Amino acid sequence: MAEVVMAVNRGDASGGKTVEYKVPLSPGMVVLDALHYIQGHLSPDFAVRWNCKAGRCGSCSAEVNGKPRLTCKTRMDSLPQDKPITVLPLKAFPVIKDLVTDVSWNYEVNRKIPAFSARPGTNWKMYQKDVDRPQEFRKCIECFLCQNVCHVLRDHGKHAEYGGPRYFVRVAGLEMHPLDGLSRIKGVRNQMGIGLCNITKCCSEVCPEEIHITDNAIIPLKERVVDQFYDPLVWIARKIKGSESGS
Amino acid sequence: MTEKFEVHEHDVLVIGAGGAGLRAAIEALNCGATVGVVCKSLLGKAHTVMAEGGVAASMGNVDPADSWKTHFCDTMRGGKFLNNWRMAQLHALESPERVRELEQWGALFDRTDAGEIMQRAFGGHTFKRLCHVGDRTGLEIIRTLQDRGVHLGFDVYMECTVTRLLKDGDKIAGAFAYWREQGRFVVFKAKAIVIATGGIGKAWKVTSNSWEYTGDGLAVACEAGAELMDMEFVQFHPTGMVWPPGVQGILVTEAVRGEGGILRNRLGERFMEKYDPKRMELSTRDVVARSIYTEVKEGRGTEHGGAYLDISHKPAEYVKRKLPGMFHQFKELADVDITKGPMEVGPTLHYTMGGIRVEAETGAATVPGLFAAGEAAAGMHGANRLGGNSLSDLLVFGKRAGAAAAGHAKNAGALKVEQAHIDDAEREMLAPFERTGEGPYEIHRELQDTLQKLVGIFRNEDDLKEALEKIATLKTRAAKVHVDGSRLFNPGWHLARDLQSMLTAAEAVTRCALARKESRGAHSRIDFPNYDAEWGQKNNIIVKENGEMKLRERPVPQMPEDLKQLFADDK
Repeated sequence: MAEVVMAVNRGDASGGKTVEYKVPLSPGMVVLDALHYIQGHLSPDFAVRWNCKAGRCGSCSAEVNGKPRLTCKTRMDSLPQDKPITVLPLKAFPVIKDLVTDVSWNYEVNRKIPAFSARPGTNWKMYQKDVDRPQEFRKCIECFLCQNVCHVLRDHGKHAEYGGPRYFVRVAGLEMHPLDGLSRIKGVRNQMGIGLCNITKCCSEVCPEEIHITDNAIIPLKERVVDQFYDPLVWIARKIKGSESGS
Repeated sequence: MTEKFEVHEHDVLVIGAGGAGLRAAIEALNCGATVGVVCKSLLGKAHTVMAEGGVAASMGNVDPADSWKTHFCDTMRGGKFLNNWRMAQLHALESPERVRELEQWGALFDRTDAGEIMQRAFGGHTFKRLCHVGDRTGLEIIRTLQDRGVHLGFDVYMECTVTRLLKDGDKIAGAFAYWREQGRFVVFKAKAIVIATGGIGKAWKVTSNSWEYTGDGLAVACEAGAELMDMEFVQFHPTGMVWPPGVQGILVTEAVRGEGGILRNRLGERFMEKYDPKRMELSTRDVVARSIYTEVKEGRGTEHGGAYLDISHKPAEYVKRKLPGMFHQFKELADVDITKGPMEVGPTLHYTMGGIRVEAETGAATVPGLFAAGEAAAGMHGANRLGGNSLSDLLVFGKRAGAAAAGHAKNAGALKVEQAHIDDAEREMLAPFERTGEGPYEIHRELQDTLQKLVGIFRNEDDLKEALEKIATLKTRAAKVHVDGSRLFNPGWHLARDLQSMLTAAEAVTRCALARKESRGAHSRIDFPNYDAEWGQKNNIIVKENGEMKLRERPVPQMPEDLKQLFADDK
């Protein structure tokens, strides 16, 4: 049986190194199968996070040959097998052990986003054309690959002042919900730092759900920020009313 | 006490953060209780996320003739009348309201032209009844519940696994758990506990279930004195992927058939004509799974031992819009374009109809302070579950269990957790590090092979007896299992514990399957191929007494006359 060498990160918060394991190949095998082989036959304490193994839960994210991927959807036969296949943890988050990272920061960001709040008196009628747009955003499986490649987080570590693509997508889904009655635009600008995004589209490229993160979520949100905070007419109206717009 | 450990205290502790757990937690919060939710994985990754086709509720948006009574009848017939009729009734009555409530919390279902929630056909449902979002309905539901709960303010303990329930006398008083991350132990004190840990699929080799599905909730509840019921009924979903081997068992949603998908064998025959000419592909899951299995067994299977499922006669754009997940799954994992050609599918272990025996109205188990909801609870689905009835089950009974648990907590006095019980739970968890011997993985593989081969779709006495013997040997080996490495995020250690739960569940399934000398719903005995009227009046019960599993029987609750009348025309 053909074999391939997997070069995977072994270590914890204090540091790690790449360790190689020989794994037998079978037809249709995915990278997560190879990782499970290591766990089940070679090194029982090798830490990998996974759940559904069907591309639906977004748990098994890692960097395969340098590319952020869901390991359950990455076919072994899509990778060159004449050299070791490297599997490293997501770089934007602290390593707990081996391929498992601490992604709890994401849940903290989510907690701060005001929940759906229906406009008073709504009759709950919605048409497909009105829900098409927000439904795209609700496909997100929270694999955090977009967060991982966003340079604001990955290279500049601005976790404290930035929400990241995942949560712009979440906000867009709420803002574009046909019956939602809140505005989250002020928070997007001030707490989630959407201005830091300079539209390099790295997030859109890695999204396994093919959500057009930049074009359909981030840019429209940026436009709403501009409309609300930088539109001269709105600015004058605000001066006259003596109140700060947005919530 | 317990200074040694991290301690958290809540009125209600919910174990499991899928749909049932989250819905229970939300309701308990609504009732004024303080609530903690313990989940084995990250929040939002529980098995509900894998539910694809939809949630069944007789809203009548597409077929106005639908009603709770028809839904109730479909559910009872699907469950071969072994269901707890009251659960089936409450479920049919309340599911439309539970779905509407999700919409009010922000869920966005697909729409009809009139702007209502869209509903699709599914196996065993008389009318178009499944509210859905393409083929990712579960994701929509879990996100909606998760965000609702987080904003209402429950505490979530992610990647935390409960290994034991703690009692004060005969009452539930808390739970012992470990954090996956650091392997530290934690004690939860609670006045009521809701078990919502789902099923036991990981004990089989070919399954659509994730690593979490090891029956922990059933095992700890059974250990604490709760009764398990109907364990012989495990559902093989008729359509899992069969090729390539790496993806074997991954679910192919019933929505493919709901949207018009056709099943054929290698000879091109639409074989459901033979098995259920009236309902064809939209027959119930037990029937379709047996039909595919039989076709393969009799030599009419596909190249890789399955059946063909074809939706390519529908317009490509329609398929991509209604079944986007399936389109990508086959394209990426099997190199098959489902808009152009058929999929190869075969049965995969998917769901556990059996579980903790509960009271219909409240989800109360037989131990005071213990509740269960969703897949972990038994009764609602009887001998076979209809597709779409699981998402509605977890909403309806999640809410009911949450309310009842909060009510119980309000009236519960002060409870004490004994240090000796905690010390014992700790000792049990640490023992594998101190032993030498074999690791857990090989034992797990052997358990999976055993159940796959001997406790599958078709069963017989010899196989089941052999399985019981094998399980007994595996139990002995598992009791001596050794674990390498440290307590830091150590999957081998986690599996060593999960294995205990899987073995408990496997033994319960096999014992019940051996006892039930008839074929009914998902339980098919080659040596007893027909219904038996007497067995139709009995539920199998499992209890633990002095560490030993005992089998009992209970009469199936009798429907009142007015409901019986609904079935007057049945043969």
